[in-house]
Amino acid sequence: MTRAKPEDDEYWNSSKFKAFTFDDEDDEFSQLKESKRAVNSILVDDDDEDEEDVERVSWSGEPVGSISWSVKETASSIRSGSEQSFPKIDTTPSLSKQGSGYSLSSLFKAKSKPGAFQSFSESFSDTSSRTYAPELRKPKSGGKDVVSDLSPEETVRRMQKGRAFSLEKFCSLQDKLLLLDEAVAVYDGNVITAVLIFLKKSLSKEILFRELMARDVALRHYVHYLKEMGEQKLVVELLKALGRTEDMALMHYKEHLNIKDESRRRDFLKSCLSLPFSQDDATHVQDHYTLLERQIIIEASDKKAVAEIFKKFPRKASILNMPIITTLYYSCFYHYGESEGTFSSPSNIRKTFRISEKQYILTALGARAKLKSWFDVDSLFNTKNWLGYTKKRSPIGFHRVVDILHKNSAPVQVLQEYVNLIDDPDLKLSGALKYKCHDIVINTYRDLKDRQQLIVYREKLERDSPEYRKIQELLNNVQIRWKN
Amino acid sequence: MASHLFCGRVNLNILREAARKDLREFLDKCSGSKAIVWDEYLTGPFGLIAQYSLLKEHEVEKMFTLKAGRIPSAAVKNIVFFVRPRLELMDIIAENVASEDKLQPRDVHILFVPRRSLLCEQRLKEKGVLNSFTNIDEYILDLIPYDGDLLSMESESSFRECYLENDQTSLYHAAKGLMNLQALYGTIPQIFGKGECARHVANMMLRMKREFAGSQTQILPVFDTLLLLDRNVDLLTPLATQLTYEGLIDEIFGITNGYVKLPPEKFAQKKQGEGGKELPTEPKKLQLNSAEELYAEIRDKNFNAVGAALSKKAKIISAAFEERHNAKTVGEIKQFVSQLPHMQAARSSLANHTSIAELIKDITTDSWLYFILCNMVRNAHLNMPDVFSQTALLSCVSASEDFFDSLTVEQEFMTGVDTDKVSTYIEDCIAQKDPLIKILRLVCMQSVCNNGLKQKVLDYYKKEILQTYGYKHILTLKNLEKVGLLKPQSTMRNNYPTIRKTLKLWMEDANEQNPNDISYVYSGYAPLSVRLTQVLARPGWRSIEEVLKMLPGPHFEERQQVPTGLHKKRQPGENRTTLVFFLGGVTYAEIAALRFLSNMEDSGTEYIIAATKLINGTSWIKSLMDSPEENLP
Repeated sequence: MTRAKPEDDEYWNSSKFKAFTFDDEDDEFSQLKESKRAVNSILVDDDDEDEEDVERVSWSGEPVGSISWSVKETASSIRSGSEQSFPKIDTTPSLSKQGSGYSLSSLFKAKSKPGAFQSFSESFSDTSSRTYAPELRKPKSGGKDVVSDLSPEETVRRMQKGRAFSLEKFCSLQDKLLLLDEAVAVYDGNVITAVLIFLKKSLSKEILFRELMARDVALRHYVHYLKEMGEQKLVVELLKALGRTEDMALMHYKEHLNIKDESRRRDFLKSCLSLPFSQDDATHVQDHYTLLERQIIIEASDKKAVAEIFKKFPRKASILNMPIITTLYYSCFYHYGESEGTFSSPSNIRKTFRISEKQYILTALGARAKLKSWFDVDSLFNTKNWLGYTKKRSPIGFHRVVDILHKNSAPVQVLQEYVNLIDDPDLKLSGALKYKCHDIVINTYRDLKDRQQLIVYREKLERDSPEYRKIQELLNNVQIRWKN
Repeated sequence: MASHLFCGRVNLNILREAARKDLREFLDKCSGSKAIVWDEYLTGPFGLIAQYSLLKEHEVEKMFTLKAGRIPSAAVKNIVFFVRPRLELMDIIAENVASEDKLQPRDVHILFVPRRSLLCEQRLKEKGVLNSFTNIDEYILDLIPYDGDLLSMESESSFRECYLENDQTSLYHAAKGLMNLQALYGTIPQIFGKGECARHVANMMLRMKREFAGSQTQILPVFDTLLLLDRNVDLLTPLATQLTYEGLIDEIFGITNGYVKLPPEKFAQKKQGEGGKELPTEPKKLQLNSAEELYAEIRDKNFNAVGAALSKKAKIISAAFEERHNAKTVGEIKQFVSQLPHMQAARSSLANHTSIAELIKDITTDSWLYFILCNMVRNAHLNMPDVFSQTALLSCVSASEDFFDSLTVEQEFMTGVDTDKVSTYIEDCIAQKDPLIKILRLVCMQSVCNNGLKQKVLDYYKKEILQTYGYKHILTLKNLEKVGLLKPQSTMRNNYPTIRKTLKLWMEDANEQNPNDISYVYSGYAPLSVRLTQVLARPGWRSIEEVLKMLPGPHFEERQQVPTGLHKKRQPGENRTTLVFFLGGVTYAEIAALRFLSNMEDSGTEYIIAATKLINGTSWIKSLMDSPEENLP
């Protein structure tokens, strides 16, 4: 967004979250509100007229009279009395069926013959009229179609139009393939699928797979069809035959989403490990399996855990199927300090799942801060140099650390310590301002020799507070060479 | 009722009327009283065609939602299922039909929308109920008139089907829809296209036309040109946050079938004497289209220009109501009263949009303000005293920054800043467990703007995402890779900067108040798809051959013969009409940009827009996820 013109700024400035305002008086938005109020006050007593020209909307949300509204309406009020029928009104008496020029149906429909014969073998017959695409030349014949010795072209055409057809006469492989190719040539997925169903029934798997390999479009429809039908096994087989082993592996893996029972899901994931995934994915799937296995163990033991922490902070949900970072958080919350040998210890999890230092620190920090274990927080960032001095170091900026501590309502003393560790002077100052670390703000302005800012800041403080006095002293200090 | 369809250059109400007539004819075919059982998904699209009153006129007495088990009792002669051709729905229908009362048989019908499917019929046959149906029919609802210049197929998963699952059924429907459109509005003489799917649709159209040669419609062509565009030619645009009023409504609240659901608090009308009335808790649902004068006026504006427009409107309306004091004579009073309904509609429309603007502002403003301030400071257009600016900025920083931050990152990516490194912003968002879709949107955007990510960067993002959101998202990441939204950098050079420069995709000084270029819809970024459209009209694609070659899929031109005597004789100064069809979906901001082009004084072309679906980055990415509903934080 680029700069807006001043007059419009006024509109925005008057947000109810008044972060900052250029000018409180006479802004357009309050005017707008006022005018809205004024306008509202006129003629309020007549509700009904109010909405006359506007579409009626019920408070359930749906516009009154719309279809979705009526579905609810008629479904909820089951009226008795079947006699109550609505008068039928012919709204288009003047338009003749054929010549209106407005109707799709008059252009594209074959005449209907209700109650046409219904014979079903490998053929689909006419049950009534069919609607189809532009087609005016065709004779308007209904159920009396003669289904005999038709070419692939004619058969496909009949299928498209929803007329009776028979596929059984396509006996030889060659005929079948001609039929398939013709179906593909008209692009009609519906017809292609119908032909494929027929081929699936009448050809051996191997031959069908072989022929499909040379027919890309048909193949895609076939895969889609099998997926629709839930024939996962066959899809997997097909993909394997096609050499698309990675797709096959992923397809198989996807099945785990449908397995609710965790032990069965775990076993299923285990069976996925040997599948030909890409190298990356293989690692991820392995991790997925290991994680669930681990979660099942932790869940079983924690469900009946009696440790103090579980009483103080009862678990809200099971840890099963949670992402690894969530699991790590859980572990840092309930199992902090356990030795690396246990499955549930943070260090073990960190190592097993190759969690980056950054992610680990963030997660552990979140969990320990939530518990207000400031000591643990402190030790997270302690590093010893070769002289044995401890120094605070963090892979994530200390400003982020401060944010997280603040979110977990850390006391000012704790915040102050970390604000002080922020490297970037601007970020440090903004952090100090944001979290009211007065000492840091004052010291920063002092170091900047910024007298004006100190004066401004003093106004925000309570009179006679220690901070206030500190500024007072500084301002009275004649030794400092102020820059302003 | 459908006044919004008349106002465009092409009367799309013809299409709606045709669809309504079809519906009536089908209903009349099932003579006698009837109950409709709805596939719930269809009620939205059907709402764009007909109201309940039309159904009632044709003896529809009850309506139910399709559910397993028994159909609720209703003393009607016919039961009619309105369903999409989906197998899982067939199973429900079979169950419904099987549990019908054998002693009181009712006629059962099924209406497939938009097309019948032999697969579904086979399923019904397997379940042994196919013969129970008196009528099996299809209701062609390919292109639904959505607004005066807008058609949608409302086909949710079209992009996924075409580009991920290689299922081109929705393209077949698109081609059929275009054939129907030509039957009503005349043959479209020129077809342009870019992309594999565009090519495919054009091929199907040409073939269908050959097959039905001889059945030429004798209608003077309404459209001069059809432009077919693949969504995957421009993967970038939907990923960016739309910044028009309508676009933001869609981004924040989601517009479905022309309706938006809003939190009710801001809409509670305080009426006199109803002091203690409780606030409504259900969302407020509003219809949004150009029938509403005010909405038509502001929908396509950049959100930064909406405040001024609303306040101007408020003054006009207030003034209009004040007029009553000046009405002295009976004639004048009569005149005033006759205008009242219109004025009241305008007033309630204003109240609604002020409330919506407030809602959006709550989410975007603080960051907006901060942004404006930053710009001021940076450009030093305003000499604020030091102290003032600093504290002001800082207090803004503490407010909600999210919207602004993510906008900044988007704009950096689109201008090519740091697209080859891991973005600390994205990293932070993952650490904070922001919604996965937001993360994916940004990562994909970075990938698209860098023509693929460095392997190391890609691997890093993937690992972080899987660890934080769950390993099962391997599947989603794979899907994004398959459609090209996420990819490792190939050995090829990053050509995005060339595309950006040639097509002027980034305009430094986008004017949001009085735009002079389409880039205002994204406050700087000009949607690639619309640029292609603009260049096609003038000076023509030949001028950008190089860039077209860099974008995926072929580009082509076809001509369709128009029967002699039907050649349009254009009056001097008369605009051309182009239908732009987005295969795989279009965003509201793109529509706004095309409307902007239509309204430009010297553009010479007016645009009608068609799409498989109206999308935004969120709905789009969601459609590509596997099991998106669970595990969204």
